[in-house]
Amino acid sequence: MEFGPHLMLAVLEGALQAAVLALMASGLSLVFGVMRVVNVAHGEFYMLGAVGAWGVTSFLGISPILGFAAALVVAPVLVGLLAAAVDVTVLKRLSYDPERTIVATIGLLYVLQQATLMTYGADARPVAEPFSARIALPWVEWKDGLQLFWPWGLYTTGYRLFVIAAAVAVLVGLGLVMKHTRLGLMMRATQADGEIAAAFGIPVERVYAMVFGLGAGLAALAGVLIVPITQAHYLMGGDALLMSFIVVIIGGLGSLGGTLVAAVLIGLSEGVISVFFSPTLAKILATLLVAFVLIFRPQGLFGKAAR
Amino acid sequence: MLQVEGIDVAYGPVPVLRGVSFAVQPGRITCLLGRNGAGKTTTMKAIMGILPLQAGRIMLDGVEVSRLPKHRVAQQGIGYVPQGRRLFADLTVAENLAVGLRTRASGAAVREEVLEIFPRLRERLDQPAQTLSGGEQQMLATARALCIRPKVLLLDEPTEGLQPSMIEAIRQVVVRMRAEGVAVLLVEQRVEAVLSVADDVVFLETGRVVETVPAEALRADPGRLLRRLGV
Repeated sequence: MEFGPHLMLAVLEGALQAAVLALMASGLSLVFGVMRVVNVAHGEFYMLGAVGAWGVTSFLGISPILGFAAALVVAPVLVGLLAAAVDVTVLKRLSYDPERTIVATIGLLYVLQQATLMTYGADARPVAEPFSARIALPWVEWKDGLQLFWPWGLYTTGYRLFVIAAAVAVLVGLGLVMKHTRLGLMMRATQADGEIAAAFGIPVERVYAMVFGLGAGLAALAGVLIVPITQAHYLMGGDALLMSFIVVIIGGLGSLGGTLVAAVLIGLSEGVISVFFSPTLAKILATLLVAFVLIFRPQGLFGKAAR
Repeated sequence: MLQVEGIDVAYGPVPVLRGVSFAVQPGRITCLLGRNGAGKTTTMKAIMGILPLQAGRIMLDGVEVSRLPKHRVAQQGIGYVPQGRRLFADLTVAENLAVGLRTRASGAAVREEVLEIFPRLRERLDQPAQTLSGGEQQMLATARALCIRPKVLLLDEPTEGLQPSMIEAIRQVVVRMRAEGVAVLLVEQRVEAVLSVADDVVFLETGRVVETVPAEALRADPGRLLRRLGV
């Protein structure tokens, strides 16, 4: 395949990674932005989403599309409820202290990981793609005028396009909720000044539980969406957490818009570099970028400097 | 009527308020005075439920507000204008007001009333609060508190750092609230401002109430006020 079509495939691969990463990282960013909690267990919620998708589709045993549709709803909701319960029983008791909650979520990471290992097992298990239509992609070249080609090997699947579209739809929905609803207003007021938000009747602790649940639900949704492509494994949260932290640090901790821009930047570049060079090089470059951001702009590209 | 009855408050092991008691009557302005570190802001925060009480209680019209979760205190009708304004900086003026309006489910009519008091805010509704001037920010902080239709209004140094025209605007609002029967508790450093609006004055020293006097007595003898404050 020539360079142009090859690059197009790489960009599509990158867009898929960016979409999943944006979902996952926006949950992490939301939790930090509103609660000032660095959730080290965020990757495990992603893993639970994937494992939950396997559980729901296996348990129901119906057609792949119906089973997957059920998993898309059930797994994020259950994971969100679990996270809200963790908030009330663990984080609230620590008064949301930034340092102690880091330690607590590290503990939670191991609890969730080992509980999954004991119940689900160490095997990676597949979830069938709900639809597997191959979509051939055209390429345009100039040879005695514009000509349309259908190069061999230049295709994507309908499911991959669905993942990108679903992630975009969810993130647009999240943005609309944050900007135009009472719930969003309460979350943004709590993010700005929790003490004064409470002094104006906002039930801050309930908002925290909701935000922690929502953040985990977003990670779980990312896990459900990716599992037909990668399989569900009890250790899959580690890499996802690392990439989410990279995105959130580059975008600016707590900045949802910055997180999305950084997710697109990192996802696309990782996709392209992985296809043309190697996935390891992509991770090395992303980590280097984080180091430069931390040195030269520690608040991230879109974050605000601490006053 | 707001009644503060023998409250103790501490920051960790350090006691800040000890047995503080006073009352704020509807339609009267009570000024809380004292030197820096006397416990004025701490008293305000304790009333709002931001700081927990170690002893004593706070009553509003027969309801013990100090037993309520902190987000329910404002819902009883206590409006708070904190020191340093503490607006929701990234939110627009309209959104800051919306937070105040949702506290006690006030309607559009209340918002209109508040915007009539502060017409300049109407021109800035879509502007983020952090882009307002200092005076406008103070207006917004006060307007946000008025949006809850307060029975009691707490103002913590509302004229700090403002130019004279803004100080006068805030003074007029405070006087108007008194005329409407609101109980006003004011922390203020400027002696002339206190003397011009106060009905009652509570002096705090190192976390204790040392004297409660009618402002009339201080207007007749301003030196008494200055001596208390060590000015």
